[in-house]
Amino acid sequence: MFQTRIHGRGGQGVVTAAEMLSIAAFLEGKHAQAFPSFGSERTGAPVVAFCRINNKEIRLREPIMTPDSIIIQDPTLLNQVDVFQGLKPDGYVIINSGKTFGELGISEIAAKLRAERQVCVPATEIAMKHLGRPMPNAVLLGAFAGITGIITLESVAAAIRNKFSGKVAEGNISAATAAFDYAKQQLSLLEVI
Amino acid sequence: MTLKQIEGSHGVAETIALCRPEVICAYPISPQTHIVEGLGEMVKAGELRAEYLNVESEFAAMSVAIGSSAAGARTYTATASQGLLFMVEAVYNAAGLGLPIVMTVANRAIGAPINIWNDHSDSMSQRDCGWIQLFAETNQEAMDLHIQAFKLAEELSLPVMVCMDGFILTHAYERLDVPTQEQVDAFLPPFEPRQILDPSHPVSIGAMVGPEAFTEVRYLAHAKQLQALDLLPEISADFKKSFGRDSGGLIRPYKTEGAETIVIALGSVLGTIKDVIDEMQEAGCSIGVLGITSFRPFPLDAIRDALKGAKRIVVLEKCFAVGVGGIVATNVRMALEGSGQQVRTVVAGLGGRAITMSSLHAIFLEAMAGKLEALTFLDLNSEVVDHVLELERNVRLSGPVAESVLRNIGTVASNIA
Repeated sequence: MFQTRIHGRGGQGVVTAAEMLSIAAFLEGKHAQAFPSFGSERTGAPVVAFCRINNKEIRLREPIMTPDSIIIQDPTLLNQVDVFQGLKPDGYVIINSGKTFGELGISEIAAKLRAERQVCVPATEIAMKHLGRPMPNAVLLGAFAGITGIITLESVAAAIRNKFSGKVAEGNISAATAAFDYAKQQLSLLEVI
Repeated sequence: MTLKQIEGSHGVAETIALCRPEVICAYPISPQTHIVEGLGEMVKAGELRAEYLNVESEFAAMSVAIGSSAAGARTYTATASQGLLFMVEAVYNAAGLGLPIVMTVANRAIGAPINIWNDHSDSMSQRDCGWIQLFAETNQEAMDLHIQAFKLAEELSLPVMVCMDGFILTHAYERLDVPTQEQVDAFLPPFEPRQILDPSHPVSIGAMVGPEAFTEVRYLAHAKQLQALDLLPEISADFKKSFGRDSGGLIRPYKTEGAETIVIALGSVLGTIKDVIDEMQEAGCSIGVLGITSFRPFPLDAIRDALKGAKRIVVLEKCFAVGVGGIVATNVRMALEGSGQQVRTVVAGLGGRAITMSSLHAIFLEAMAGKLEALTFLDLNSEVVDHVLELERNVRLSGPVAESVLRNIGTVASNIA
């Protein structure tokens, strides 16, 4: 089972991100369960959503305590919420930021994780460019597909089309594609070094 | 059938639409709202032909449901928590009049303190109202139970409450098998009322009944519920024939054969418990779990049979009767009268407190070791409780309790679970 926890703030589409991730996994024939950290969705307040992906039926209903991957939609949460709580040592971290882990003040945490499993992606800027709105949620799913390979970019695009239509869908898809490429590029830089 | 990755609430809304309701009474309250919103969208889009009423309160919702059901229309509504409490007088009337209304209760705690999260206090408060109460383990079962609920309700002329865990199920996206209209039509015939308000054949429904007949009318309500004990397994078997799935029925044993300890629970927590049972059985523990699908009527015989041979019973419930203890456990003890089997109550998941595998594992080990007290509150923060009790002993003007507890706990935004 692959478990993802998404941290963000109310209004950033945290819950929708988890739902889209589950749809993408479903489209690949997997079982998936997405659910919010119930009830706390107020604009600007810290919000958590969860997504489990498995090859068999998922019966477990507890919140995700030991995630395989963490998506952080808002880096200002780093000082407020214990976002890395329970993260597995070989887990993935995707942060919405144009800065590096060192610049975000979390180089200690980054040092414990595998270099090819952590990436900062300026998702809000990418969203502004392709979508015209500061919505990082679908963008980060593109980066997620890029570094984890758990789902394909095509499935992310299909999940976006399932949730949105028209210009919003297309803008999110091109933004997710840009983030996918950006994440891949970061990984290839790592290989060069 | 079509597999879809959708929210539990949306799955229920789609299923209700397939049941061809003629009247839907809608009043929003979390965590039920997405269901009636979903139905509203379908009615507006012309996909569902039903009278959709935006009523002014839950009391009105049930009152309208009583009127429309008495007029012979298949009637649906949904509520939760304080909403259910607000409609209580009409809830009792719907049962007393024998009207086959189907209502979803998206289980949520009851205030004060105000809390929008899940537990079973709301539907448990209505355990004696005369409605049949079915508890869904998964979203798939929640959908399936609604189809079965209309069939059962209309056969017996009794209202049925389908209880599904608020947020945990209603707001979870999962793979759901949505049946076709043809399948549902073949399983659920059009509503043929046992009583009807019809101007061309005038009758009265709801007569004043005095001491000379009240006991008999009430006894018949009980007898009807007992008929459901036979009907529920039949309907569940028919459902399996048509839809190919196990859903509904009275109880659901899981790895209970030969188990020395058997856990009993209702609703979505059964999934987490099953994962714990698998782990523990692999480690050599003799433990299984029994899910109760039908809480009203309470299947005394089926439960007694399922627990035969077990030494210890642990009833894990998301509610309790203040001043006494377990509600489900009290009923289980009735089923076990004279057997000498030990029943322990674990109250868990109140107001949305996460029920984790690790906490369950620990409490089940305690139970197996015979160390569990008669009544335990899972993951209770005793330090905070003791602190507040001490404050009350020492200070006359000790202030409101909930606020005292919150002050002791501190900031909660940084917690994951």
